[in-house]
Amino acid sequence: MSRRELTCVICPIGCNISIIIDGNRPTQIIRIQGNACKKGAEWAHQEVENPLRIITSSISVIGGDFLLASVKTTKPIPLIKVKQVMKEIHERKLIAPVSMGEVVISNPANCDTEIVVTRSIQINPVRSVNEK
Amino acid sequence: MLNRDIVIIGGGPAGLAAAIAAKETGCSNVLLIERDHILGGILNQCIHDGFGLETFNESLTGPEYAARFINNFNDLGIEVMIGTIVLSLNADKILEVSTAGKYIRIKTKTVILTMGCRERTRGAISIPGSRPSGVYTAGMAQNLMNLENICIGNNVCILGSGDIGLIMARRMTLEGAHVQAVFEILPYCSGLSRNVQQCLNDYSIPLFLNSTVTEIIGNGRLEGINVAQVDTNGFPILETKRFISCDTLLLSVGLIPENELTREAGIELDPLTGGAVVNDFYMTSITGIFACGNVLHVHDLVDWVSEEGSEAGKNAASFLINGDIGSKENHIPIMHGKGIKYTIPQRVSLKKDFTLSLRIRTPGRDRTLIIQDKENVVMKKKVHHLHPAEMIKIYIPKSSISNSSSLKVTLE
Ligand SMILES: Cc1cc2nc3c(=O)[nH]c(=O)nc-3n(C[C@H](O)[C@H](O)[C@H](O)COP(=O)(O)OP(=O)(O)OC[C@H]3O[C@@H](n4cnc5c(N)ncnc54)[C@H](O)[C@@H]3O)c2cc1C
Ligand code: SF4
Repeated sequence: MSRRELTCVICPIGCNISIIIDGNRPTQIIRIQGNACKKGAEWAHQEVENPLRIITSSISVIGGDFLLASVKTTKPIPLIKVKQVMKEIHERKLIAPVSMGEVVISNPANCDTEIVVTRSIQINPVRSVNEK
Repeated sequence: MLNRDIVIIGGGPAGLAAAIAAKETGCSNVLLIERDHILGGILNQCIHDGFGLETFNESLTGPEYAARFINNFNDLGIEVMIGTIVLSLNADKILEVSTAGKYIRIKTKTVILTMGCRERTRGAISIPGSRPSGVYTAGMAQNLMNLENICIGNNVCILGSGDIGLIMARRMTLEGAHVQAVFEILPYCSGLSRNVQQCLNDYSIPLFLNSTVTEIIGNGRLEGINVAQVDTNGFPILETKRFISCDTLLLSVGLIPENELTREAGIELDPLTGGAVVNDFYMTSITGIFACGNVLHVHDLVDWVSEEGSEAGKNAASFLINGDIGSKENHIPIMHGKGIKYTIPQRVSLKKDFTLSLRIRTPGRDRTLIIQDKENVVMKKKVHHLHPAEMIKIYIPKSSISNSSSLKVTLE
């Protein structure tokens, strides 16, 4: 048996969760302490098995009233896939207009998530001529 | 001169919530003024998620959170002037405003101050050394990267463990920069622990506590920094000094409420918060001028900014409709006992129930907050996890207070 300290990232309270795990099977939790709510316990199980995170970034937009469209994953993705997902985000370009919630990449790096835009962007007539 | 019933200065989450609440409470002559060309304030550059968990039970990004309020604001048809800056405010509630190259004056019956805060700059903490480029406040870096699409550097160190610095450590790492370390002079992190986990630990970025930058080195562009550990008094220990090569230094060393207009109007300020002194209606020392959001005290959660904004907007509208709300003569002060850094409000009318927001001085575990009037303990609240970075809120029913010449808050 061994002890691990985790910080729950689900909400701003950020509980310090200590878990006792089976020495032979590091993903087998024997006891959980310190989580102020149920979500924290579920999260701890997930965290020892395969940590998941929401990723946010931005994609450049041609001809818009903003230069960048901020984006996010609709579901958390495995931490180990973050690099690959970022690569796909970096390769993508958008053309104005785009609207909040619009899917711009489906299943990046084969993850069960979509990348959606988090800010609506209108066409800027001046930029749209110059940048094209 | 224009005439309005309520003028709200600042179109961030506090101003938007205040405008919406004022309109919904029954005031139709509301004007919101914002100096930027878009509404939403700081939220526009905060593209990470984590906003709205309390209000919407969802983890939204800054722009998404702002959009919900902006849509509601627009649906209500509230008057707005963007690209417009308030240059001055006086005690008679006359505003001097610059809009599209024009100078105008506005007379209003009430004002709600929602100007937000700005970042402490390097000058404010005066690090010795040269003045090369490559040194940014974390919020400035966030603005350049997230709104202007400017790459600010490749090899980064961060001074100060505020949340914006932690968020930027992750953002820059994901964009391909090498973030070497975060240095914090205090013995504890000043940002939220979840941000230490998901912004630093996830990417193996070390956080050095009791450490600071002692010198900034570079001609033209930043070439590196000297860092050292500090002793218990915060003085650098010279033997621990080391050089770190980097081209970018971010400063995440705190926020200051932006109160130039407030000061000029002669409103009483609280040196502990850097914002106005208010009563339980969020009314300042000048009758009819209210304050809420980061201009009043620095918040860590935007949900609470919106809540405070709604409350202030509702109160300003009721003040217009019903006249006097709690004459100031009978207010009682809230005193700070052991361990308390500040409270909002600073004085209360006891005419209604109220919520006390407060911050404590040092981190701790399993302590009790005690609120007492002259004779009795009004309320005790056990707090398991205490941190100066985390605001504490306590709801206090007026019926619980019997002897009302003062209230005192203590941490035991
Ligand atoms: C760089 C930075 C990053 C932050 N990141 C986070 C975060 O990740 N999560 C979080 O919960 N909180 C964050 N905060 C705290 C955040 O400020 C609050 O949650 C919230 O945005 C504060 O809202 P507000 O309306 O009080 O101020 P703001 O959002 O700052 O809005 C104030 C508005 O007033 C306008 N204004 C100021 N003076 C004038 C004038 N004279 N005339 C006209 N308009 C004026 C400004 O342009 C601005 O739009 C951050 C703060 C900063 C400074
Ligand atoms: S355990 Fe619950 S309360 Fe604690 S941080 Fe996680 S989600 Fe928040």
